Parts: sequence; C-alpha cells; structure tokens
Amino acid sequence: MRARYFAIALFLVFGASFALAQSQGQSQRGSGADTRRSGYQDMGPALQQMQDDDTANPGMLFVQQGSKLWSARVGVAGKACADCHGDAATSMKGVAARYPAIPPGADRPVDLEGRIDLCRTERQQAPAFAHDSQDSLALQAFVAAQSRGQPIAPPDDPRLSSWRVQGEEIYRRRQGQLNLSCAICHDENAGKKLAGVTIPQAHPTGYPVYRLEWQGLGSLRRRLRNCLFGIRAELYPVGAPEYVALELYLMERAKGMTMEAPAVRP
Amino acid sequence: MGDAIPRSLTGQAGDAKRGRAIVANRSVGLCLLCHSGPIAEERFQGDLAPSLAGAGARWSEGQLRLRIVDASRLNADTIMPPYYRTTGLQRVAQAFEGKTVLTAAQIEDVVAYLVTLKD
Ligand code: HEC
Ligand code: HEC
Repeated sequence: MRARYFAIALFLVFGASFALAQSQGQSQRGSGADTRRSGYQDMGPALQQMQDDDTANPGMLFVQQGSKLWSARVGVAGKACADCHGDAATSMKGVAARYPAIPPGADRPVDLEGRIDLCRTERQQAPAFAHDSQDSLALQAFVAAQSRGQPIAPPDDPRLSSWRVQGEEIYRRRQGQLNLSCAICHDENAGKKLAGVTIPQAHPTGYPVYRLEWQGLGSLRRRLRNCLFGIRAELYPVGAPEYVALELYLMERAKGMTMEAPAVRP
Repeated sequence: MGDAIPRSLTGQAGDAKRGRAIVANRSVGLCLLCHSGPIAEERFQGDLAPSLAGAGARWSEGQLRLRIVDASRLNADTIMPPYYRTTGLQRVAQAFEGKTVLTAAQIEDVVAYLVTLKD
C-alpha cells in the first residue's frame, strides 16, 4: 500500500514537472530557443531519479573507486594523480567538458581515456590501462564527475576542425548492412520509437554512463560501437581515431549543454 | 520492374505463417524496429515508418515485394533498409558482407504475410 502511494506521489511530482518542462519548451519554441535534449529527458522518471540520487546511482560507486585511484601512488615514478593535480574538485573542474582535445606537445586529439593514459605512461611511468578497463573507467568517472553541472565547452583549437569535419562525415554517412546513418536516427528521427525505445538526440552529456543494459559503466566509444553494431556496420578497431573524430563532432554539437556524468541510461 | 516485382524471387509462393514470424522477430526481419503492425504479442514496436496494418490493401503482391527487396528504387532517400541488395553499401560488418538481410525465400514468406493484412 505504502509503496503504491509513493509511486503515485512520484508520478504526480514528475508528471507535473514534465508538464512544466513541456510547456516551457512550447513557449520557447517560437523564439528560436535551444531544442536540444539530453538523453536524460528521454528517460522515465524512475531512471531520472536513479541518476539524480547519488546513493542510488551505480555510477557513483565508480566515482568513489576513482577517487581512491586518484590518490594512489603507482608506476616507476611512484606518483599519484593527486601529487601533480592536487584537489580534483578544483583542478579537474570543467576538464571532461572540453575533451577530446590536443594535449600540449601532441599533434592529435585524445579523449579523456587517452589523456589519463598519457599521464599514466609519461608522468607515473606505469603501463597504460587496457581499453575500457574498470580502473580506467573509474578514473574517467571521477574526473568527469568534477564537471557535473558545467556547460560542454569544446576547445577553440583550429587544429581540431578537420577532425570535427571527419566526425560529422562519419555521422552523416550511411553504413552497415542496414544502410543507416547516425543522422537518420539521431537528427531526423530523434524522439520517435525504435522498437519501443525513444531515440535520443545522442548528446554525450553523461559519459561514462552506467547503462542498465550493460549492467556496468561504459564509455562513449562503447556506446558508439553499440550503435554501429546495431546497423551491422564494421566496427572501427578499439582505439581508432574515428571514435575520437565522432566524439569531437558530438561534443561540438552539444556545446553549452550541461554535463551530467556519471549518467544512468537504459 | 516499374513499381513492382510481379514474380516470386524463388518461383514459389511464400508461407504467410512463417512470414509473420520473420516480421515479428527483432533480429531477423527487424521490421517492428521501425514499423508497427497487427502483432499484439510484440509490445515494443516502432513509429519511424507507417503501420503495416492494411499494407495488403494498399499494395499488390508485386508492389510489396519491390518495397522489401529495395525500397530505395521508389524513394532514393528512404530509411528502409534494402533487404535483398548487397551492392552500394559501405562498411558492412564482416559477418554480413555479401549477404542480403533476408533470403529470397524469407522475402517470399514476408510478402505472403503482408498480402493478408487487408485492414
Ligand atoms: C537505427 C537507429 C540508430 C542509429 C543508426 C544510430 N543510433 Fe545511436 N542510439 C539509438 C538508440 C535507440 C539509442 C538509445 C538506446 C538505449 O538507450 O537503449 C542510441 C543511443 C546513442 C547515444 C547515447 C545517448 C545518451 O543519451 O547517452 C549516442 C551518443 C549515440 N547513440 C550515437 C550514435 C552515433 C554516433 C551513431 C552512428 C555511428 C548512431 N548513434 C547510430 C539508435 C541509433
Ligand atoms: C529502418 C526502418 C525500417 C525497417 C527496419 C523496415 N522498414 Fe518498411 N518502411 C520504412 C519507411 C520509413 C517506410 C515509408 C516509405 C519510405 O520511406 O520508403 C517504409 C515502407 C514500407 C512499406 C510500404 C508501407 C506503406 O503502406 O506505404 C512496407 C510494406 C514495408 N515498409 C514493409 C517492411 C517490412 C516487411 C520490413 C521488414 C522485413 C520493413 N518494412 C522494415 C522503414 C523501415
């Protein structure tokens, strides 16, 4: 009985705020307002609540684990991230909101995973993490969580333009046996149902995300691979520059939207 | 050809019952990813495309066949995948390279099912 009242109350609260959000969206439309939506807005209230509540959001366990790794001394240099960067709450604020970027001294962009690996190999003199390893994801989640609430702010680096162009080209190209493009689903059909699932606009606001279907935390690259797999396209190898190019384009497309990592997604 | 492929791809008639199962199957026909249809047990259907209900009243058997074989012959910008074409595709996953989404016999089954959808 209790649970049922709770559910009804929840429905009323979320139902009402949803209606409000809708009417705001409505009234803004005429004025050329931003119609971009985070995948968060396309989820049901139960998942939104899971994401919002740090004690219920499974991604926060990774953030905690990442905070331990942040101050663990590793590698030949025997240094922790914290030894160079101090308090992540200040030094890492906004960092995830501007990656991928070209690190100083490098000639090509890397994503957050790649940036963390550069510090591992060059400063800590430890082996790079395996792609998508739990420790790497935990550190990414910890660093990304320091940007919660910050606007996505891609760097204004002219060397990134050609990468973004390549990313957009991949985004718009039809591929795979099903002959679909990212744009067909995420621009032309966003908001519609693909087999009952609302197609989100594909804004990378929440990565790494805890995805229920994965029962774990995963990177934006893993999400992109899922979509490519879905259209029966040949996956770019893990670590391929094409993913960084796509991520750069998606971040540019989501410029100014609010970071919400670690997000929860169905 | 024109607007239709009047003759069976296999020379034989398809089986509507098997066709229904193919349409309903999310990893074989994939139809309900995009379409809805009168298949009540599949709760998760799409709305990227018109409902399949009544397809058999709107189109002849031959017209239905062409739409499944390669809908892009009718609408170059269609998002409906070509179910019986292996050319003009890019970066097809190795497991599917050179293969059609459905076999000729499966397409005949699907067509046989669709013609029964009169309303
Ligand atoms: C056939 C439709 C389809 C195509 C094509 C497609 N996607 Fe997706 N994509 C989806 C759906 C559906 C989801 C949400 C799935 C879920 O949450 O269960 C999704 C999720 C995403 C997300 C996560 C959004 C979030 O809120 O976390 C990103 C990013 C994304 N896609 C990018 C891409 C890119 C880039 C491509 C092309 C390489 C692509 N997609 C191709 C259907 C598609
Ligand atoms: C990725 C999306 C997608 C998939 C998967 C798909 N279709 Fe379609 N289909 C469409 C769209 C969109 C149209 C509308 C016409 C057009 O754009 O060509 C269409 C049109 C049709 C039509 C003509 C409908 C009418 O009444 O005008 C038929 C019949 C049809 N599809 C059957 C099927 C069958 C059967 C399957 C599976 C074997 C299937 N489709 C899979 C997207 C899809």
